[in-house]
Amino acid sequence: MPKRYMCIWLPLLATDSIEKIRPELRSRPLVLSAPQNGRTVVTAANRRARAEGIVPGKVLADAKTILPELEALPDDPPSTAKLLESLAEWCLRFSPVAAVDVPDGIILDISGCAHLWGGERPYLDHIVGRFAKGGYGARVAIADTVGAAWALAHFGTQDAIAESGQESLVLEDLPPAALRLDPAVLARMEKLGFRRIGQFIQMPKSMLRRRFGDALLLRLGQAHGTEPEALEPVVPELPYQERLPCLEPIRTATGIEIALQTLLENLCSRLSKEGRGMRSGILKGYRVDGNIQQIHIGTSRASHNPEHLFGLFALKIPTIEPALGIELFVLEAPLVEEAPKPQEVLWETKGGRTQVAELLDTIAGKVGMDVIHRYLPQQHHWPERSIRATASLDEVPDTEWPVDKLRPLHLLSLPEPISVMVVLPDYPPMLFTHKGRTYKLAKAEGPERIEQEWWITDGRPRDYYRVEDEKGGRYWLFRSGHYGEGEPEWFLHGFFA
Amino acid sequence: MILLSLVTNIYFFEDMEGIKKEIIESLREKIMIMEGFKSGMMEMERPDFGLQEMAHAFPRGVFPTGAVHEFTSPTAACATASNGFISGLLSGLIKHGMFCLWVSTKRSLFPLALKTYGIEPHQVIFVDVKRDKDVLWVMEQGLKCDALAAVVAELGEVSFAESQRLQLAVEKSHVTGFLHRRRPRRQQALACVARWRIRPVASRVPEGMPGVGHPTWEVELEKIRNGKPGKWYIEWRRGEFTFLPAAQGIPAALKREHYA
Repeated sequence: MPKRYMCIWLPLLATDSIEKIRPELRSRPLVLSAPQNGRTVVTAANRRARAEGIVPGKVLADAKTILPELEALPDDPPSTAKLLESLAEWCLRFSPVAAVDVPDGIILDISGCAHLWGGERPYLDHIVGRFAKGGYGARVAIADTVGAAWALAHFGTQDAIAESGQESLVLEDLPPAALRLDPAVLARMEKLGFRRIGQFIQMPKSMLRRRFGDALLLRLGQAHGTEPEALEPVVPELPYQERLPCLEPIRTATGIEIALQTLLENLCSRLSKEGRGMRSGILKGYRVDGNIQQIHIGTSRASHNPEHLFGLFALKIPTIEPALGIELFVLEAPLVEEAPKPQEVLWETKGGRTQVAELLDTIAGKVGMDVIHRYLPQQHHWPERSIRATASLDEVPDTEWPVDKLRPLHLLSLPEPISVMVVLPDYPPMLFTHKGRTYKLAKAEGPERIEQEWWITDGRPRDYYRVEDEKGGRYWLFRSGHYGEGEPEWFLHGFFA
Repeated sequence: MILLSLVTNIYFFEDMEGIKKEIIESLREKIMIMEGFKSGMMEMERPDFGLQEMAHAFPRGVFPTGAVHEFTSPTAACATASNGFISGLLSGLIKHGMFCLWVSTKRSLFPLALKTYGIEPHQVIFVDVKRDKDVLWVMEQGLKCDALAAVVAELGEVSFAESQRLQLAVEKSHVTGFLHRRRPRRQQALACVARWRIRPVASRVPEGMPGVGHPTWEVELEKIRNGKPGKWYIEWRRGEFTFLPAAQGIPAALKREHYA
């Protein structure tokens, strides 16, 4: 059976994807630009911009001179590449083998696929129609080889189909650029007056090789099908999911536990082979009466340890209502991450992080994920901003914890207002009253002025005083604002040990 | 079985007073081991808390680790002082990047300040729950995990039965637990190895100098199993406990010249 290939070229992929998100740009000229050799160059242009003569490669400033209303956005090649990858995966519905042709094409191996759509013409029309519906302008061609299909899609007539064995005939009229050659080779051909492939296709191979190198012969051979060309098909990621249908509906907790254990062992053996671990898991039980019972778990670090995961699920098994029975169990891992490879140890040391992580998972499973906090220093003077919470157990501080300023061991999350008695402005208070109790102060030190960080918020500075009352209690008080700017307010913010 | 063999031993060497004494000693030893005070602990493993002057109060002269200590604080200032003392003890327990669990309801502890007490604050995992029951559950789970250096729990009420569960958990894992009761409504006996009461006292500053001194506490060991209760005045200075002579720790009269 002869091989057939389809090349889908999406010439406006980058701008089309932006127009999909912002439809109002469709009626306006839009270009994407990126800095190149010290100037900003247009890298992609939509239909309206092309109609005005703005093509990729133009300097953005020039293009704006031609068309002042031009909308220019920065180009983002990685996200376009990602989009192309996902489009290639989507194309798997048309053929089992799809490959990405960077930067803006997709190659399908369609051998034996077209008859399912009633022939190559309806097949091609269907695909073009589906792309157009999705908002992408596509040029599609079908040929016996990848090279010929590529050439036809990029340089042939709209939606060309080359009959089997007719490659050399259709290629003859196309320019040499259709052979996917280096710009240097193309420039040399241009200089020698080769405008069509037909002009040199009959030349002796030795002469072509001497003049233009091996690459030309390889590309010619690939277009004619005499040289092999391998595709690198996209492989969609299989979802991390395990199913367990039951012969008899399961109604007991023991039955659910056995099902869960089987599912976990299968899923965990796959995860551990791939060096990955589960961050969250869902166990679904499909009941005989059509209801779906499900339980969720989350882990603080990727885990593929079945016993540990079972322990987390086991806490929630009592919430499953089997009613008349569960006939199908599905275990899914919606969030999967690279799992740290366990290091072989000669002897077990104390302080194993895995053990701690598993303990935290157990706590999170029972009490809730949001109750666990770990803090890292942040380089801010404002006390409330000097620490930040982290969710990871492995993250270490990137700066040292500050020790230069004394901070209270207990800090109230909201400073509580107090009334004070002060001898003179800018002196520490002699006594303060908090919640109806008066504290007579014996010792004090300060003030330590902490200004608001103007790049974050505006507001009044705080003057902090460390004070000690007669009984030995030590407090952190502050005055908000300066004297002379209205009545200053005093607050109790913390306790020193 | 052991007792029986020892009793037979006593029968045989009835007349030898020295051996009798020895036997009683070894029996005491066995009871201590049963109660969780290990004698086999290597000198190397023993954490150094800098509490040498307090040593005579502890069983065998060693601060009991792998047990649950109880702290009670009636006021916010006392609670802060207790947490300061606990933090000082923790710094001796946390080593080699081990984690410590700090479970509490209504936590106001400021992690940044732990650095003053010789603890890397990122080695402490805080669990903030709403109910005392959850605190106890988390603490029990934590005490069962021997990868932790210590577990601190701040809560209000705890019953004797609940404290027994904690004691059972530490007997297996030898993790040290600190049960800090803030403003408890009832005072009852718990199955803890020791009961402490920490009160802040006026700090010392050199005569005629302004400012506030180092954290200073009156540390009262109200109850300790196989030990002698006592009372000390301790200052936390330059990352270690410093014992003060009792007279100096007692709050001095107000002195106006101490004002800044």
